[in-house]
Amino acid sequence: MTDAILSLKDATLSLDGNAGRVDILKGISLDIARGETVGLIGPSGSGKSSLLMLMGGLERASTGSVMALGHDLTTLGEDALARFRRGHMGVVFQSFHLIPTMTALENVATPLELAGVVDAFERAETELQAVGLGDRIDHYPAQMSGGEQQRVALARAAAPRPDILLADEPTGNLDGATGQAIMDLLFGLRDRHGSTLVLVTHAPELAERCDRVVRLQDGTIFADSFERAAE
Amino acid sequence: MSLAIAGRIARRELRGGLNGFRVFLACLALGVGAIAAIGSVRESIRGGLDREGAVILGGDASIQLTYRFAEADERAWIDARAEAVSELVDFRSLAVFGTGEAAERGLTQVKGIDEIYPLYGEVTLEPQISLSEALSNRDGRPGAVMDPVLIARLGIEVGETFRLGEQDFHLSAALINEPDSAAAGFALGPRTMVRTTALENSGLIQPGTLFETEYKLRLAEDADLDALRDMSETEVTGARWRDKRNGAPGVAEFVDRLGSFLVLVGLAGLAVGGVGVSSAVRAYLGEKTEVIATLKTLGAESRTIFLSYFIQIGVLTLAGVTLGLILGAIVPIAFAPLIEARLPVPAAVTLYPMPLVEAGIYGILSALIFTIWPLAQTEDVRAATLFRDGATSGQGWPRVRWIMLTLVLFAVLVALAAEFSGLLTLTVWSAAGMAGAFVVLVIAAWAVRLMARRIAGMRAIRGRSAARLAFGSVGGPGGEAVSVVLSLGLGLTVLAAVGQIDSNLRGAIERDLPDIAPSFFMVDIQPDQLQPFRDELAANPAVSDVQSAPMLRGIITEINGRPAVETAGDHWVLQGDRGVTYSANAPEDAIVTHGAWWPEDYSGPPQVSFATEEALEMGLSIGDEITVNILGRDIIAEVTSLREVDFSTAGIGFIMSMNPSALQAAPHSHIATVYADAEAEGAILRSVSNTYPNITAIRVKDAIERVSDVLAGIAAAITYGALATLVTGGIVLIGAAAAGVRARTYEAAVLKTLGASRRTILSSFALRSGLLGVAAGMVAIVAGGLAGWAVMTFVMDTDYIFEPVSAGLIVVGGVLATLFAGLAFAWGPLAARPAQVLRARE
Ligand SMILES: Nc1ncnc2c1ncn2[C@@H]1O[C@H](COP(=O)(O)OP(=O)(O)O)[C@@H](O)[C@H]1O
Ligand SMILES: [Mg+2]
Repeated sequence: MTDAILSLKDATLSLDGNAGRVDILKGISLDIARGETVGLIGPSGSGKSSLLMLMGGLERASTGSVMALGHDLTTLGEDALARFRRGHMGVVFQSFHLIPTMTALENVATPLELAGVVDAFERAETELQAVGLGDRIDHYPAQMSGGEQQRVALARAAAPRPDILLADEPTGNLDGATGQAIMDLLFGLRDRHGSTLVLVTHAPELAERCDRVVRLQDGTIFADSFERAAE
Repeated sequence: MSLAIAGRIARRELRGGLNGFRVFLACLALGVGAIAAIGSVRESIRGGLDREGAVILGGDASIQLTYRFAEADERAWIDARAEAVSELVDFRSLAVFGTGEAAERGLTQVKGIDEIYPLYGEVTLEPQISLSEALSNRDGRPGAVMDPVLIARLGIEVGETFRLGEQDFHLSAALINEPDSAAAGFALGPRTMVRTTALENSGLIQPGTLFETEYKLRLAEDADLDALRDMSETEVTGARWRDKRNGAPGVAEFVDRLGSFLVLVGLAGLAVGGVGVSSAVRAYLGEKTEVIATLKTLGAESRTIFLSYFIQIGVLTLAGVTLGLILGAIVPIAFAPLIEARLPVPAAVTLYPMPLVEAGIYGILSALIFTIWPLAQTEDVRAATLFRDGATSGQGWPRVRWIMLTLVLFAVLVALAAEFSGLLTLTVWSAAGMAGAFVVLVIAAWAVRLMARRIAGMRAIRGRSAARLAFGSVGGPGGEAVSVVLSLGLGLTVLAAVGQIDSNLRGAIERDLPDIAPSFFMVDIQPDQLQPFRDELAANPAVSDVQSAPMLRGIITEINGRPAVETAGDHWVLQGDRGVTYSANAPEDAIVTHGAWWPEDYSGPPQVSFATEEALEMGLSIGDEITVNILGRDIIAEVTSLREVDFSTAGIGFIMSMNPSALQAAPHSHIATVYADAEAEGAILRSVSNTYPNITAIRVKDAIERVSDVLAGIAAAITYGALATLVTGGIVLIGAAAAGVRARTYEAAVLKTLGASRRTILSSFALRSGLLGVAAGMVAIVAGGLAGWAVMTFVMDTDYIFEPVSAGLIVVGGVLATLFAGLAFAWGPLAARPAQVLRARE
């Protein structure tokens, strides 16, 4: 597929755990098209987060290749990966991962600043207003509820208008209603910016909102709705 | 019961190992170890002085006289009381080697001995001949032995001839060990030892010259030392009694004081370690927040939780203290040969329990003081913490009773330190200084945080991610700003203070010296030599001024007919003999502050003019009568005037000056100060000593050097004592950097996710360390300077000058150390793959 924005070929991931080498991903091949929304589902421990980390260049594949926007992430060094993420990748985690020593505004402004955006703070403020936190910009993460922290994390991931948004169970630590609001925000951001979205989730109703659902099991792709549709 | 449960919880938690407690244990062990080691060495010296009191003193008891030998009846009294008596004479002189232009002259402390010296101990010579052989006549010249230092200074060799006064001696050996040297105290010149009988024709021991005699006594086992001492005071006028129970009181007191001072320096080190201990406990409990919250959800009371962690920390404290005590006990023993070799006195190095007990108590108390606070904060951990991210717990103030308890323990520690050291004022001041520095540092840390916060929010800094990151993390919540600034600042303060004291001590003499110091003190000028001596010098164009005064020495025994101590207590003027002069007129530069000088031709009953400051301190006033014993004769003089005497100009200053008729008849000599060009000093020395062999010229430059050496030795001891503080500071620093690794790793991972390069992250970390280091350093310069000033002014009683070089070096070193520790510990976080780090936090 030529217009794939993300393309994995036989990607494997093995890590040295306490009990020896563990094969976590066992040969993943997957193409994701620009603008596509992919839901990653599967039982806990099946390798969803690991796969997302590979896509974001936060983890290096043991073998195989991971191509993103025409770059082979497996050949890039740490700094090259970091620079590549600027403006290309936004990541949202289950446990927010805000920098505790920074206010909401500073958290959101940081990736913009790193990307060399001149009016980073103005844009960060707009971004926070967009997620409904215009009045909390000077608050530290510890002063906010989980839902609010995740909204900041969303704003931070979306602010540089990344080509690819990666979200790892962004509502996993939140209650139903709050989670629903976060999801609405997330899909809203995707719609507005036309980003490609890869979303790890447990909830079937969320998976249904995706264009395509990939099911992982024990480190391999067990089912892919796209392939089924193509058959 | 909650105690049993707490104990069980504690045991389970401690099973996890002591990994997080290396810094805790090291800080405590080092602090306690240093204090224990210092105390042990002090005790060893005390033990050595006690054990060998008789050898050090050179007898079971000694009676010292100034200026004179014992009269026949006095000698008879002494002989009747002792099994054996050795008579010694001791004075300063110039040893002259060679003749004419090429002659070398060296100031020496001559000791004239009799046949039975030494009563105790051994004299060691090189070559190894016996003392009597060494001092016997050869070719008609009596033998002499000399300190190797003087031999080197004169460039003389064994077998050659030198002169003392008008007597030639042949140098037969180098004096390697003089058993009773420590009792002699501080001497300006190295030792020369000869037979007293050989000095008869030297012209050096004449009526009125400055010399001391000492009668060393061997007594029966059961002799009543106290009774003998009391009797000697009435039987031998002006006698100064010493006995083996305290053979070298000067040395003993000096060692005691220096040791106590060093223990205080050690306590400062323990305080620095305390900060490390405190942050280790804080970090440990911080990681336990979830455990604590969970235990609370499971129904554990605050009390049980507090107890459980108290037990854990208590066990660790005991481990650290024990480690320190073992260290402190073993190190002196292991280094015993080295220590003994560097000490001028014998040391009995073994295990002494008291210093260990002292150090142990200090260790436990300071561990308590520094851990109660973080421990108390476990009470404030709410079960709800579990459901909120971000570590905000452990920031507030603990409850009042914990603050009170901390203060009480601190007071107990200070009281104990004062009691053990016997230096009440110094202890209280040091404690106040440490507490003050602590408070200032906390304030400084908060100020830095506020400032960093401001700067981080400033528009100007936007776009500079590394800088904003650094300022943000210094200023943000949960940062380590306070603990880093505190530990680093305290450590640097102690070091800066020690640096200030060290350089001030080393420079003290030169600084205290007036701009125009005399070149020489000349003593033992006989009355008939005075005029020709003055004339000769006046004719020398290189000599700008000569001042002279008659010089006698006397002991103040009574004030208004009562023992002097009753009025003046233990004032230094009463300790031993003081110089006394006489003069018809008030000296030109004298300012009479009270009363009036006697008429020029006054010849009535003795009158005395006393130094104003000392008189006021001693409670003397015009009209009082003082009894001064001069050469065995009591002179009762009325205080008729007080005058300002400036002892700091290095000129001639006398506490007491009498009217001429009161003293003229007594045998005496004159002393003179000679002001001359530095280049001419050698020639003046040569000509004076050639013309007047009996006159001893003391070159001020040499004397200063000698005193400076002693002060440098003290400074070195203090610096060694502070070494433990330096190491502790380093450990605390590394500990702080290591403790921050978790936070750093996490930040680095998140920042990488957001697109930050390693360079950006690294420069941010470096900037942060630098920022905190500079803040701590600035406080340390000020606080260290203040401490140095206080010690110099109140303890050493001299002027203080801020030494920017030492302060700057220490602070720059500290900042660099923080920086490097910070960077060294940043490598790990930088290398870590973000996925791994972030996953661990899921
Ligand atoms: N550092 C690691 N070392 C060894 N095994 C790991 C490591 N990290 C994760 N795993 C294992 O990899 C597997 C996949 O984990 P993950 O990708 O988090 O799954 P999911 O997100 O689907 O729950 C799990 O079995 C997990 O235990
Ligand atoms: Mg997962």
